[in-house]
Amino acid sequence: MNTHELKLKSIAYRKTILEIIYRGGAGHTAGSLSCIDILNVLYNYVMNITPENFDKIDRDHYIQSKGHSVEALYTVLADQGFYPPSDLDKLNQPFTHFVGHPTRKVPGVEHNTGALGHGLSVSVGLALAGKLDGRDYRVFTLLGDGELAEGSSWEAAMSAAHYKLDNLVVIVDRNTLQITGRTEEVTGLEPLAEKFAAFGFAVRETDGNDVEKLAAILDTVPFEACKPSLLLARTVKGKGISFMEDVKTWHHKVPSDDQLSEALYELATAQTTLEEVS
Amino acid sequence: MSNYGQPNQQVFADTLLEIGNRNRDVMVVTSDSRGSGKLIAFGEQLPDQTVEVGIAEQNLVGLSAGLAAAGKKVFAVSPACFMTIRSLEQIKNDIAYSDRLVRVIGISAGVSYGMLGSTHHSLHDYAALRCINNIDIVAPADNFETRAALNAVIDYPRPIYMRFGKKPMRHLHDPQKTQFEIGKAIKIRDGDDLTFIAIGEPTSRALEAAELLDAEGLSCRVVSMHTLRPFDTDTLLDAARNTRAIITVEEHSVYGGLGECCAGILMQRGIHVPLKIVGIPDEYTVTGSQYDIFDHYGISGEGLASTARELLGVNV
Repeated sequence: MNTHELKLKSIAYRKTILEIIYRGGAGHTAGSLSCIDILNVLYNYVMNITPENFDKIDRDHYIQSKGHSVEALYTVLADQGFYPPSDLDKLNQPFTHFVGHPTRKVPGVEHNTGALGHGLSVSVGLALAGKLDGRDYRVFTLLGDGELAEGSSWEAAMSAAHYKLDNLVVIVDRNTLQITGRTEEVTGLEPLAEKFAAFGFAVRETDGNDVEKLAAILDTVPFEACKPSLLLARTVKGKGISFMEDVKTWHHKVPSDDQLSEALYELATAQTTLEEVS
Repeated sequence: MSNYGQPNQQVFADTLLEIGNRNRDVMVVTSDSRGSGKLIAFGEQLPDQTVEVGIAEQNLVGLSAGLAAAGKKVFAVSPACFMTIRSLEQIKNDIAYSDRLVRVIGISAGVSYGMLGSTHHSLHDYAALRCINNIDIVAPADNFETRAALNAVIDYPRPIYMRFGKKPMRHLHDPQKTQFEIGKAIKIRDGDDLTFIAIGEPTSRALEAAELLDAEGLSCRVVSMHTLRPFDTDTLLDAARNTRAIITVEEHSVYGGLGECCAGILMQRGIHVPLKIVGIPDEYTVTGSQYDIFDHYGISGEGLASTARELLGVNV
């Protein structure tokens, strides 16, 4: 998929995310908007994961450690053909599997997440098995920045470097906000790039809402041989909707009728602009 | 055959080495616990099947789930005290909820680390794991059960927790004549006055009690209830119907373990039989070796015999 197509996808995904959260009556709105460009580039450009190869070990693997941004994941998986888009209407509906954090009961989900600080360890195990068996698959995992306060993430980081897992790509959705406020005011994380470098990762930074830059940097993984890769993706929480951007209250706020209309109008305008440019 | 064998932990390690040599997908993951787990030989002989994470039990369990997702037959090994509490959320989410077939191994379980104090005791593991869906629980009572259980878990279809201790164990079964199946209790001796239902290492203490009581003319059944989940309800009900009283014996808090499991089943079926739960009471645990602690809390041949006499209203 080329850059223009990726940009259009991001707009379409944002529209779906907002609609399913609105209809489902709950969801992690801003975090899903923050990371959707990353998922877009991973699924449509970088990784070889399809409904057809999903039950095989020799494919790339994706574990979303920041499980609360599940609406982004459900949206992309529907688009990839893991289930019909109409299944997205099951979000938050009783007795369905489309709950507020990913479960393997939903086709295309690799691991159950939702409790933070778990995804990196599991990804390390998957990547280590690949190394031990001489397989060439890669493991991608998406971490929230707030979840880096969980010590288990750093236990896993040590193992990733110790076992020289250059088949592991860790992406941090660095939107600098968590539910209480700025990450740096809640529990300071900086200097984050230096911390991961000190833990043995090859670190790169990019604009995590720019699909072109994401695609370019992810084309270069592993960033260094014999080291796990860490992409510090600088993002904006609520990205793409002017009144949601970088506003902490949109962490899991559901748009009202008017807000949804306004948001969809903004996205339609962005799409028109993009199509005119091309 | 000597009456006593090896520590179950040693049998665990020896058996695992055999299994690991047969099946190269078998992996052992340790948290600086190779020495206490008797796994140094495994690490030396099968280095490609050994993963060390350092003193990091949460990562131990999460990483094991990832290895299992890639098709590895994983044994995650750490002292039971840390394994089942420090990494409980990883057991719950990454293994049980995510349905990853990891064999979670708690070594030096119960009060095996006697004098090291309560930080190193695991008197909570049965209770903690019984509340979590999709992880079975096994505590072998002797070397035979340990070996058989390990061979049984290689192709077991659900996540499972097993615990072992450090002391040489009395042989309780004739390996030639005994069948072992996860979820199926083993009757060690029969009797009709009272049944001891025991799990794990104190099972030999229950047998000692039955032998003492036999000399007094009391006929006691002894059941090794090595599996706490799936629970062998039929064996419990048979004891309730065909013997006059039941004593449960466990190296665990009296809360949330074997005893309360039995009591809950019996009460909900309207079966009223004199019942005593013997385990570690809800108090600041005394110090001492495993045997000292057992003896102090009546988990001894004489202590259990005394409880049995009381329950049956027998004056000696």
